[in-house]
Amino acid sequence: MAFESLADRLQNTFQRIRGKGKVNEADVKEMMREVRLALLEADVNFKVVKDFVKKVSERAVGQEVLKSLSPGQQVIKVVQEELTELMGGEQSKIAVSSRPPTVIMMVGLQGAGKTTTTGKLANLLRKKYNRKPLLVAADIYRPAAIKQLETLGKQLDFPVFSLGDQVSPVEIARQAIAKAKEEHHDYVLIDTAGRLHVDEELMGELKEIQELSSPDEIFLVVDAMTGQDAVNVAQSFNEQLGLTGVVLTKLDGDTRGGAALSIRAVTKTPIKFVGMGEKMDALEPFHPERMASRILGMGDVLTLIEKAQANVDADKAKELEQKMRTMSFTFDDFLEQLGQVRSMGPLDDLLKMLPGANKMKGLNNISIDEKQIGRVEAIIKSMTSNEKEQPEIINAGRRKRIAKGSGTTIQEVNRLLKQFEDMKKMMKQMTNMQKGKKKGFKFPFM
Amino acid sequence: MSFFKKLKEKFTQQSDAVTDKFKQGLTKTRDSFTGRVNDLVARYRKVDEDFFEELEEILFQADVGYETVEQLIEELKMEVKRKNIQDPVQVQSVISEKLVDIYESKGDSNPALNIQEEGLTVILFVGVNGVGKTTTIGKLAHQLKEEGKKVILAAGDTFRAGAIEQLEVWGDRAGVEVIKQAAGSDPAAVMFDALQAAKARGADVLICDTAGRLQNKVNLMKELEKVKRVIEREVPGAPHEVLLVLDATTGQNALNQAKTFKEATNVSGIVLSKLDGTAKGGIVLAIRNELEIPVKFVGLGEKMDDLQVFDPEKYVYGLFANLIDKEPEEYSAPE
Ligand SMILES: Nc1nc2c(ncn2[C@@H]2O[C@H](COP(=O)(O)OP(=O)(O)OP(=O)(O)O)[C@@H](O)[C@H]2O)c(=O)[nH]1
Ligand SMILES: Nc1nc2c(ncn2[C@@H]2O[C@H](COP(=O)(O)OP(=O)(O)O)[C@@H](O)[C@H]2O)c(=O)[nH]1
Ligand SMILES: [Mg+2]
Ligand SMILES: [Mg+2]
Repeated sequence: MAFESLADRLQNTFQRIRGKGKVNEADVKEMMREVRLALLEADVNFKVVKDFVKKVSERAVGQEVLKSLSPGQQVIKVVQEELTELMGGEQSKIAVSSRPPTVIMMVGLQGAGKTTTTGKLANLLRKKYNRKPLLVAADIYRPAAIKQLETLGKQLDFPVFSLGDQVSPVEIARQAIAKAKEEHHDYVLIDTAGRLHVDEELMGELKEIQELSSPDEIFLVVDAMTGQDAVNVAQSFNEQLGLTGVVLTKLDGDTRGGAALSIRAVTKTPIKFVGMGEKMDALEPFHPERMASRILGMGDVLTLIEKAQANVDADKAKELEQKMRTMSFTFDDFLEQLGQVRSMGPLDDLLKMLPGANKMKGLNNISIDEKQIGRVEAIIKSMTSNEKEQPEIINAGRRKRIAKGSGTTIQEVNRLLKQFEDMKKMMKQMTNMQKGKKKGFKFPFM
Repeated sequence: MSFFKKLKEKFTQQSDAVTDKFKQGLTKTRDSFTGRVNDLVARYRKVDEDFFEELEEILFQADVGYETVEQLIEELKMEVKRKNIQDPVQVQSVISEKLVDIYESKGDSNPALNIQEEGLTVILFVGVNGVGKTTTIGKLAHQLKEEGKKVILAAGDTFRAGAIEQLEVWGDRAGVEVIKQAAGSDPAAVMFDALQAAKARGADVLICDTAGRLQNKVNLMKELEKVKRVIEREVPGAPHEVLLVLDATTGQNALNQAKTFKEATNVSGIVLSKLDGTAKGGIVLAIRNELEIPVKFVGLGEKMDDLQVFDPEKYVYGLFANLIDKEPEEYSAPE
């Protein structure tokens, strides 16, 4: 109940209003309550929500919605547009200084993911831009923080500059930059200690580092699970240091990530990257549209499709996507995709990315034991082509035959048929959302 | 006497070192506390919709969460009607009482740890990445040692770079032994070793660190279940406490964390860390409401003695003190 998607919610509101033929301002107000609720549940700061809802209401009441024949979709459209605009464009470029080395400072609260992101960023700079960064261990406070960065440096084969934990971070930064010049490193990544935005002394330390190193980028690293306080944190760091970008970490979790919106709203600084895991290659560019639909609880279909493309050949993925949309997905396709889909990761995880999947009762049935996949394949292979295309015709007699042919049991055949049916239902749900598109509005993931 | 006054009095009368710590976190707010309450209340001569809206926002801002807030406001409105309350001052006290009520009415709220009188007590720490598990273990080890207990730590985070060394530093600080294996080894095997060592050395308490993991990672949650099974098998009745560490800055996701970790490891208590920042961790109220897990400690800093036993009244005081003290600045959406 807590995480119903906004689309579902508005749908419900509409079912109630529809009988009246036309919507009025009071109806819009009711819809706005749903928008507000969706954003609050996603951890968007309540003030940001307030401003946002005000803006959307104005547009909505300003005829756009009232006149529309499909006001629910119209509201989603307006919300979506405003949200995407608020979130800003895609900006994952990293500064390059005309006088190397380019200096990047990583700042943020304790445990946000600065050290990990420092490693990931170095990895990205090398992989994508062929750069040779020097990592700087400037966290002298957290026990074994230096060791942590050194371990990552070793893993990735990057030099790590450290002077132990008895020299001030300011001095460490100074010497690191001198050394980078000497040894011709084109980038210097300074991993600073986590600190509270209200800790005047430690914030002062960051300012000193900033003054002496004139960084080209100051990245605020923020945990995507952050709640209402994200605005205070982001605003403080921004006011005191002047951020150039934000990295949102731990987005591989199941948080809705409303902090992204709050941070954008108060700092007007682009979110450049997102952390998608603990491994060193789990850093991705930030996609505002995707984030918008994630915050609204509309599933992460783009990520799903992208994942499919990385692991499956692109044409096949497109075809699958098309079939999902037109509902002409058969057991043959199922079989063909099974192997490829499996290479994308645990099936359960994939299914969870589908919109509405989190509230689908059938989802538990769909969870396919990976070890059973061989048996599933055997069952499908024992079907006739007719059966594969029209599973409805598989009656008791046919089930018996299929079970025998595949060396499985009737129960297993039944279970698979049920799973397939559930899967199609889920696709239907997706397709229903697509219908909105035909009537003139676009989901961000299409 | 109003509830706030009562709280304040209770608060200022205590002057032991521990309370001072807590006060430090609230220094700026404490002085002007009464004044601000009056301010808020003075702005509203009547208990009307606007008044409730403002209360609602105060609670939202503390991450209490939509459902709990709505429920609370609903109950409050009913109470106001029933008692025919007109004066905002009275509502103030009712709402605080309600908050403490919510907390205390749900199951066992005793924050004391389940420490065995005889034999080994095993405490397992779990939670998502970066919330403060290892640090809290260091603080708790120090506290228990001060109480005269023989404490051993198990370096069960074999995954994160530098995690073992981090725990070792805390072991040094607290003056307790750390049982470890090489980085990358099986955490269940580390636990097994640590349990044997703790038994052999006649330790009173074994505190087990684990790697941070996001609750939606099925494999990692299974790994955690396995660690717990090893403990259950080696020491009957153990683990005696499974403490979930939640970062006070976390929003609504903390509820998911509590649910999933509870399912996997039967969490017996919560440590609310980083309460020395400006975040309030209001989601613990929802967690308490839905899952009935008691908060046992709060983390108030990065030093060894920055761990304090949870007190719901103090907590509610903090929830409001800051909020009433600080007029939130205006944020506007970019053009
Ligand atoms: N201000 C403040 N910082 C804290 C508190 N507790 C922990 N920290 C800091 O938060 C950061 C993360 O703490 P850890 O103890 O390493 O957290 P963890 O849960 O063990 O992290 P992983 O093992 O990486 O998942 C460190 O920088 C700690 O110093 C607290 O109560 N207040
Ligand atoms: N799942 C996940 N964990 C992350 C991510 N980024 C960092 N972490 C973990 O979060 C914890 C804190 O990270 P760390 O880099 O030490 O944070 P710092 O204190 O800001 O330097 C560690 O356990 C990291 O492995 C991410 O994107 N996803
Ligand atoms: Mg760090
Ligand atoms: Mg740890």
